[in-house]
Amino acid sequence: MNSLLLQLIQDTLVLLIAPLLLGWVNQCRAWLQNRSGAGVLQPYRNLIKLFHKDAVLANNASPLFRATPYILFASMWLAASLVPVIATDLPLSQAVDVIALVGIFALARVFISLAAMDVGTSFGTMGARREMLVGFLAEPALLMVFFTAATISHSTSLVTIVETLAHKQFVIYPSLAFAGIAFVMVLLAENARIPVDNPATHLELTMIHEAMILEYSARHLALIEWASALKLLAYFTIGCALFMPWGIAEVGNLAALPVALLALFIKLMLGGAGLALLETVTAKMRIFRVPEFMGTAFLLAVLGMLIHFLLGS
Amino acid sequence: MKQDEIIANFPGLPGALMVRRGCVEEAQFRSLFEQLKQDGCRLVALWGSDERTDDAGYALHVALIDSAGMLCLTLPVSAERPAYPDISDLFPAASRMQRAVADLLGLHASGADDQRKWLRHASWPGNVHPLRKDFDGSCAFPAETDAYPFVTVTGDGVHEIPVGPVHAGIIEPGHFRFSIIGDRVLRLEERLGYKHKGIEKRFESMSPEQGAKLAGRVSGDSTVAYAWAYAMALEGIAGITPPDQALWMRALFLERERVANHLGDLGYLGNDVALSFGFAQFWILKEQVLRNNAALFGHRYLMDKIIPGGVNIALQMSDKRVIIEECSMLERELGVLRSIYEEHAGVQDRFIGAGQVTPALAAQLGLCGLPGRASAQAWDARVQFPCAPYDKLDVRMATHINGDVAARAALRFEELFESLRLQREILINLIGGDELSMPVKQLPGNAFGVGMVEGWRGEVMVAIHTDAQGRLARVHPHDPSWQNWPVLEHAILNNIVPDFPLINKSFNLSYAGQDL
Repeated sequence: MNSLLLQLIQDTLVLLIAPLLLGWVNQCRAWLQNRSGAGVLQPYRNLIKLFHKDAVLANNASPLFRATPYILFASMWLAASLVPVIATDLPLSQAVDVIALVGIFALARVFISLAAMDVGTSFGTMGARREMLVGFLAEPALLMVFFTAATISHSTSLVTIVETLAHKQFVIYPSLAFAGIAFVMVLLAENARIPVDNPATHLELTMIHEAMILEYSARHLALIEWASALKLLAYFTIGCALFMPWGIAEVGNLAALPVALLALFIKLMLGGAGLALLETVTAKMRIFRVPEFMGTAFLLAVLGMLIHFLLGS
Repeated sequence: MKQDEIIANFPGLPGALMVRRGCVEEAQFRSLFEQLKQDGCRLVALWGSDERTDDAGYALHVALIDSAGMLCLTLPVSAERPAYPDISDLFPAASRMQRAVADLLGLHASGADDQRKWLRHASWPGNVHPLRKDFDGSCAFPAETDAYPFVTVTGDGVHEIPVGPVHAGIIEPGHFRFSIIGDRVLRLEERLGYKHKGIEKRFESMSPEQGAKLAGRVSGDSTVAYAWAYAMALEGIAGITPPDQALWMRALFLERERVANHLGDLGYLGNDVALSFGFAQFWILKEQVLRNNAALFGHRYLMDKIIPGGVNIALQMSDKRVIIEECSMLERELGVLRSIYEEHAGVQDRFIGAGQVTPALAAQLGLCGLPGRASAQAWDARVQFPCAPYDKLDVRMATHINGDVAARAALRFEELFESLRLQREILINLIGGDELSMPVKQLPGNAFGVGMVEGWRGEVMVAIHTDAQGRLARVHPHDPSWQNWPVLEHAILNNIVPDFPLINKSFNLSYAGQDL
């Protein structure tokens, strides 16, 4: 019963704080650029605005085009719900492992790419093509990162990984340092952040993620934006779970929840500020450098795993 | 040489600029241009006029420059057979200007490869020519479908991306048709003219004073350059010389316009590689310059400050300090920002080698202005044809040979520092006085005047023809973008599609200035 309640709390929590994380990252970026910024609540205002608008659809849009925002939103919400954020005994977390998690991200990618090509505009197709280029390189790198963590805890279940890393004896794993860098690189690519993509650009020809969703409006766009925020949050929480799991509540320990919430809050604040800093000091790379970038991420993840086997830690 | 003798006999025009003007016969037209091409002349502008009120048919006018100055040639064209020999094979930049003349005046370049319409979209039918004197500007036509045959590229895996005229950002409208394979550009074709608003026709119903205001609105970011070029042309016709103080003020305005625009462009270049930090920093500096403009001269972009005969506002001697402090602040900040741009690996990786225009290609296509200087085309009207007060200023021209985005960015930094130096020089020479302008009296009839100013994009030219009563019969404002837009189509070749916005921004050409 408790665990079901926890799952409900987490589902609601991730849904509500995802736009806040995005707002925080944007606010940090504004501060770093000497701008005053729109405030951390701006993503909520955008969502409200979009939900109040009338949707415009292309005449030749198929049901797939209409369904995709909901599929996208549902998969990202599910992904964010699966990651142990404040407590480890979540019924949903027990049900799937990290490979399934990567699968959920892949499912969303397939649908958004198909929807982008659905109405037949050149930008949608262009964006989908580039998304696939980034995606097929990012997925193996992400899997390798998970496998490194999995070999340490002898399980592909996220809950077990977190329990091992957070509540066992404190050990420094050099392999995780390599995996951590690889993970950050994947995070940047998968969430359409600089240096791979620019979420703030208005230049159609340079877009990846934005090009795919150019044809969406109103509630559809709102769901996609919300899904993007959830995806960013999911990646942040995965990062927290793998590389800084401290403070998370153990099974059956409800008293630890406030501390876990506070720890999560601090971790997201720090992570968001770090992302903003990274995005401020880097320029966007030429799109054909992305394969090199993702190749480096994959290489680092593999190195991490090799080090684990070589050093046994 | 026969052609040399013809040109040598052309009379010089009065005015600030060294201009020779003469008529050529159709029989000599082609051979004369072949000679001019060999002599290294550069095409500046090509326009037509309707002279039928004087029973003289039409006329085609071509302005060229060489190291000696400007040459304006007029070719009479008969009203019965409105055609003239094509020169776009000699001067490729002429092609679009010839197409515009065909749309607006119905004069056709016989033998030209490209006879498609250019400025005309669907707003008026092909047999109507707005710049003819018998055209009524108030009439409206039912909209047609705009069937424009783009050049198609075929082959395995080749496809097209149409971009614009409506863009995702708030920018000027233009259509770009990319033929690509993967992300590599095989061909780019531009379609402009979406901002055509009949400026040249509007001039014809205006007084010279009203015309000055309109000239300042041809392209808002170059309002000083246009207003000065217009005033220069008009003063040449009226035979007046503005007071010294007015000329120094004009130079001050022009350099401040250059500074503001270069700062904005450098910010945009940062923004286009997603270095928003650079964007924010440069735009803070640009905003400071604009605010100083508003405080000192009453307008952020210095619109309507230059009037025929002089200027209408002077710098208070006590305000010199404000500009000197601004120059010092900019020099300091720009030094830091330049080293950040130059040492940022990500920025340089995007800039170097992108959108390269080799000096040979630039010379062949007639690339001019700032992008021209980045490709070793050492033309700067302030240096070669220094009109007062530039004859006392010794402008140091910067050039590069790489012709890529990095060269165009570096050139902007160099021109910024030079502009700041010039502003200080101007302030030293600027001695107060009451006299700001000379009155412009009635203009002589059937006169012609031309003004050319090195704006921040390149040379801005305005040509003015008066009718028998001394009213404005024809005013042709010319933007350097006419020459440079076609070169952009070459600069993008073999680059990748996502680099286009960056390359485009490094040229930063005017839509309004060439759509007219």
